Amino acid sequence: MASPILSLFGQSPIKPLQKHMHTVVQCVEELIPYFQAVIKEDWAAVEAAYNSISDFEGQADDQKRDIRLHLPKSLFMPINRSDLIHLLSKQDKVCNTAKDIAGLILGRKQVVPKKIASDMSAYVKSAVAVAIEAKVVIDELDELIGSGFGGREIDRINKCITKLDKAEHKNDKRQIILRTKLHEIEADLPPIDAMFLYKTIEAIGNLADRAQSAGEQIQIIIAR
Amino acid sequence: MEVLNEYGQILLILAIIFGLFMAWGVGANDVANAMGTSVGSGAITVRQAIVIAMIFEFAGAYLAGGEVTATIRKGIIDPLSLQGTPEYLVYGMLSALLAAGTWLLVASIVGWPVSTTHSIVGAIVGFAAVAISVDAVNWSKVSTIAASWIVSPVLAASISYMLFKSVQKLILDTDSPFENAKRYVPIYMFMVGFMITMVTLIKGLKHVFKDIGFSLSYFEMSMVAALAGLAVAIIGSLLLTRVKRNKAIEEQDRYANVEKVFAVLMVFTACAMAFAHGSNDVANAVGPMAAAVATIKSGAVTAKSSMPTWILLVGGIGIVVGLVTYGYKVMATIGTKITELTPSRGFAATLGASATVVLASGIGLPISTTHTLVGAVLGVGLARGLAAINSTYAL
Repeated sequence: MASPILSLFGQSPIKPLQKHMHTVVQCVEELIPYFQAVIKEDWAAVEAAYNSISDFEGQADDQKRDIRLHLPKSLFMPINRSDLIHLLSKQDKVCNTAKDIAGLILGRKQVVPKKIASDMSAYVKSAVAVAIEAKVVIDELDELIGSGFGGREIDRINKCITKLDKAEHKNDKRQIILRTKLHEIEADLPPIDAMFLYKTIEAIGNLADRAQSAGEQIQIIIAR
Repeated sequence: MEVLNEYGQILLILAIIFGLFMAWGVGANDVANAMGTSVGSGAITVRQAIVIAMIFEFAGAYLAGGEVTATIRKGIIDPLSLQGTPEYLVYGMLSALLAAGTWLLVASIVGWPVSTTHSIVGAIVGFAAVAISVDAVNWSKVSTIAASWIVSPVLAASISYMLFKSVQKLILDTDSPFENAKRYVPIYMFMVGFMITMVTLIKGLKHVFKDIGFSLSYFEMSMVAALAGLAVAIIGSLLLTRVKRNKAIEEQDRYANVEKVFAVLMVFTACAMAFAHGSNDVANAVGPMAAAVATIKSGAVTAKSSMPTWILLVGGIGIVVGLVTYGYKVMATIGTKITELTPSRGFAATLGASATVVLASGIGLPISTTHTLVGAVLGVGLARGLAAINSTYAL
């Protein structure tokens, strides 16, 4: 029952790509309950949250592999193939970073000092917000194709990217505040704890950076 | 000569059977592909596609299929070379029908994307070159036909590219795509009505008019066609008033309501496609059969012979039977599988292809509807309209 017309249409990678990003954001969002548990020093809950982060990360990995397998060289797309693969790996790195952060803390049961607890959780939330804004951008991808790369749709995406940049900027500011507060109390902390906290802060910053970079990859796709 | 007198009846029956067989092949294979973009985009159901195909394939074949049938009947072989042996033409046309029909059957079982047009033209050229002589083939005509097989997908691609670009500019890339869709879609409907009427007037009804001593100038014909286009656009606009905007579905997809407007347009372009296909591909079965029948009846190869209407009827019946017995399965598979093809894209591809096919029918060139449609889809793809096209399959 072959039909040339039917065989002409390949599977669009756009929806699966967006689904992958949804999984990535689900994974990243788990960092919020994770850090709440860390602050409460409820290690059983921390482990449960870690497991769910790890599960989502695994799911995202599977989705990534599936998309790559269904992206043969012969597929003729309105988007550059290598740009698309690049976007996929950028998305994937976001949830890899989330898992790294979670692993870093759980590994040595790193306690977050009470004095920086509220700033830490605000910082984590602001990083998650960046990932959510990046998802909003990626979600425009099918509409971009639906409009046939129309100028108005591109404007809309640029507006979303501005919001994404703002979210990332906010996250940077929170990082500075948190670092200053940590610096104030670092002398009272065991040196290794202080180092690990700095490292955690850096990793969360990286997560936000990577989410931003995934969202901004759309601009490269539009530019071609 | 004696053979034709003695076995004329049997040969006549064979011609009808083989012609039916070939028509069945066209209906089983080709119609489903011609309607594929319409059904695949979800704009019309399989059942609607079958009804549209039945009516408009007939209309296309009857009103605008004459030129292509003439080419197949007497354009490829030089009639002079068969002056003394008319039975060769009968044998040859019968073999060509049987060979091409069998080839189509095998191909559709195995799943190869073959063209009915290429098969029958190849079969006729083959028998003429081998059984009569290489010089019996009208090579200049054959090379024109072969060239049209390259030009037609390219032309269809260009037309559908421009159609889709216009949709982008006028409708999709605007502040209120839904309102603009309702405003501009009737223009495309006008184009459908105009095109079909124009071809019918120029090619189809010309001989009818001549008989009753009535003729129209090109200007008058275009006025009539414009009126017909206007009528189609008005009917379409009335249908469009029934399309209501549902804001809830726009949250998922901002273009969902716009696509509903295009789905109405798609019904019209599907009719145009069936008409175009009928005007071009019915000849693949009817042409050789008509040539054989005319020779059997007159006992000589005549350059001027009118085609009896009943032959067209046989072709039409064969196609409908092919469609109902096998083609609907292909259609059903297409109908459920092309998620990437939305009505706004499907319309551009279908109209681009049908315009090309109708044009070829007017000139009398037998082209492959399926290949033309593939070209048209690629044209939409080049306009960045489609998310994923299997290019190995297309090229």
